[in-house]
Amino acid sequence: MPLYHSEDQAMLKDSVAPFIADAAPVSHLRKLRDSKDETGFSRDLWKQFAEMGFSGVLVPEDKGGLGLGHAEAGIILEEIGRNLTPSPFLATSVAAASALKAAGGAVADEWLPRIAAGDAIIAPAIDESARHRPERTALKAERSGNGFKLSGTKTFVISGHVADMLLVAARTAGAPGETDGLTLFAVPRDAAGLTADPRRLVDSSLASKLTLDGVEVTADAVIGEVDGGWSAMAPLLAAARAGASAELLGVGQGAMDMTMTYLKQRKQFGQLIGEFQALQHRAAHLYSEMEIARATVMKAQQLLDEGNEGAELMVSVAKAKAGAATNLAVREGVQMHGGIGMTDEYDIGLYTKRDRALAEFMGDVSYHTDRVARLNGY
Amino acid sequence: MSENLEAFRSEIRAWLEANCPAEMREPMKSEDDTYWGGRKAVFKSEAQKAWFEACRDKGYTVPDWPKAYGGAGLSAAETKVLREEMARINARSPLSSFGIWMLGPALLQFGTEDQKVHYLNQIARGEIRWCQGYSEPGSGSDLVSLQTFGEDKGDHWVVNGQKIWTSYADKADWIFCLVRTDKTNKYQGITFMLFDMESPGVSTKPILLISGNSPFCETFFDNVKVPKDQFVGTVNRGWDVAKYLLGHEREMISAGGAGADMVSAGALYAKSLGKNANGELDDPILRAKMAEFDVDVFAFRAMGERFMDMWKTGRAHPASSNMMKYSGTELNKRRYELVMSGSGSEGLEWESDESRNGASARTWLRTKANSIEGGTSEVMLNVISKRILELPGG
Repeated sequence: MPLYHSEDQAMLKDSVAPFIADAAPVSHLRKLRDSKDETGFSRDLWKQFAEMGFSGVLVPEDKGGLGLGHAEAGIILEEIGRNLTPSPFLATSVAAASALKAAGGAVADEWLPRIAAGDAIIAPAIDESARHRPERTALKAERSGNGFKLSGTKTFVISGHVADMLLVAARTAGAPGETDGLTLFAVPRDAAGLTADPRRLVDSSLASKLTLDGVEVTADAVIGEVDGGWSAMAPLLAAARAGASAELLGVGQGAMDMTMTYLKQRKQFGQLIGEFQALQHRAAHLYSEMEIARATVMKAQQLLDEGNEGAELMVSVAKAKAGAATNLAVREGVQMHGGIGMTDEYDIGLYTKRDRALAEFMGDVSYHTDRVARLNGY
Repeated sequence: MSENLEAFRSEIRAWLEANCPAEMREPMKSEDDTYWGGRKAVFKSEAQKAWFEACRDKGYTVPDWPKAYGGAGLSAAETKVLREEMARINARSPLSSFGIWMLGPALLQFGTEDQKVHYLNQIARGEIRWCQGYSEPGSGSDLVSLQTFGEDKGDHWVVNGQKIWTSYADKADWIFCLVRTDKTNKYQGITFMLFDMESPGVSTKPILLISGNSPFCETFFDNVKVPKDQFVGTVNRGWDVAKYLLGHEREMISAGGAGADMVSAGALYAKSLGKNANGELDDPILRAKMAEFDVDVFAFRAMGERFMDMWKTGRAHPASSNMMKYSGTELNKRRYELVMSGSGSEGLEWESDESRNGASARTWLRTKANSIEGGTSEVMLNVISKRILELPGG
């Protein structure tokens, strides 16, 4: 498969880009932020996502979705990133949908159509510490009667406060640090003993701290196999990481485009600042890094869609590379805008904040660089 | 189609099995294990001769060129299969040639039918070794400022001037050369000429490099007579040919960054560095640098794939080869800094057999030129900012 958008993908992009730019530009985020909206996103927009088919992009056609792949989900995510659009899309339609699709079974049959219809928000609850370390999951799930009793805490649960269901990684055996002995559970948001405490983050998004105090679930809540949850978590993590990389790419591209426009307008010392070679060289370097990041993200998506065994490595390469390139884009963005780049009025600062939050989600640049080393045996 | 390709693959496998000697599947021991062809060519071994001749007779030195020009007339997909199968058995390239890499593509694009039949066949058969006369003292990356002048004498030009950084000029038979033929027009006053290095008035002098080798030469032209029909494209429009050729050269140089092998930097040095109890490289800072480098290598490899896919289908920005050149060469320099760190004191050896005559150290030094030759990194950044980002200013 060539590493550029097919005709169908280009058509999808042509419908996604103007729709999101029109319905949810950066001013949409500002409005939600300034009104201290407790949901953190627009339910109306989420419904429109469903009507356009976006929310079911990864959901199989027989479950009411579009039955497309990570490459197509990436096209939507890039526009979400470019417009800083608050949306449960990454958590629900990409991460949760991938786990459910991979595991199959009754839970998937029930929830996949609801994702596609825009009737369900699902939040993965993986992290337990400030740094992303999924294999260190300690939240305990003990057998209790016919089902399980879950106790422990989760952190950085995106959409956790509004989710209809949570995908909770728990330990049924083994010790923290091991990938064996984990189980992934579908836990309804209104289950007794479950509390979500949403925190406003630097990018104005909301992420919850989750407490599970003896939450009882039936055996039907298990996604995949008991103790073999890693094989349900792996597709979730891969999808979320590739997805976050695509969204990061949009953030970086948005910041870079804004900065290039500024370099062509702003005058100092009687010249357009874009004429200065010191800035031109940094801009050209940034362009190169963004292009390489784009190729890498596309490669990771293709390998995931092919079910290629090299996908694991390329997903981490993509998260590390997109993280580094976008971070460069927002740093250069603020610097090249000068003083006004520091003001709340200008959008470039909002891109800086979003980059930080997305970079942290599902493992930052260091985590994935280290993972590349491990996957290569050193 | 795919079934035909599979049949072709089996055919190639069988042919390689019968024709590629075992010795030609071993890594090269030194730089002069490469066969360059030409009038003065000497084979280093019987195996090298047999391998070259087998490929030449099938047109496999230039598999995707038409048969009329000495190629095998293979489709892009078949060429890919051939390259994959050759890579699978680690077959060495049968012929190294600036004729294949640089002049050939330019002739295919700009040459007359007679020129194609004549020169391309010679190139494909390795009969003439070419060198490239672009750079001049004082012009460097500002190539268009070149001064070598060809005076019009009716049926021939008389060429005077000096070239520099002419790779292997002392071993080449012919030169493809940029010559100013109109002093009044900077860009449209250059002609792309071809002539014999044995023409009276041509002399060369090797330049010893920090790597201890001297692949480069200074080349002098003193009243060299060049017949009037020995030019490519249009008189005074040689810059068009030169630019096209430079695109190919940059592609080639940038490919160095991704590296031919799939082995990651860290995995390569796992043995010499040793591992700690957690199975990680013993030097945590070097490990981190290698991991960062590996991320960039795998990422650049994806970029290379995308670039080629887009380039071949006309989707790439015409200046995107400048980006590939910039990123690829900077990456390759980083690679060899890590090679030197990873090999420690052993990498310093300059003349021992075990070090293959100091191959690591010499290559490390040689890579410093990657971001200079074919246009410096700074010039690449200028082109990206002007032509792709369309930033203002002359």
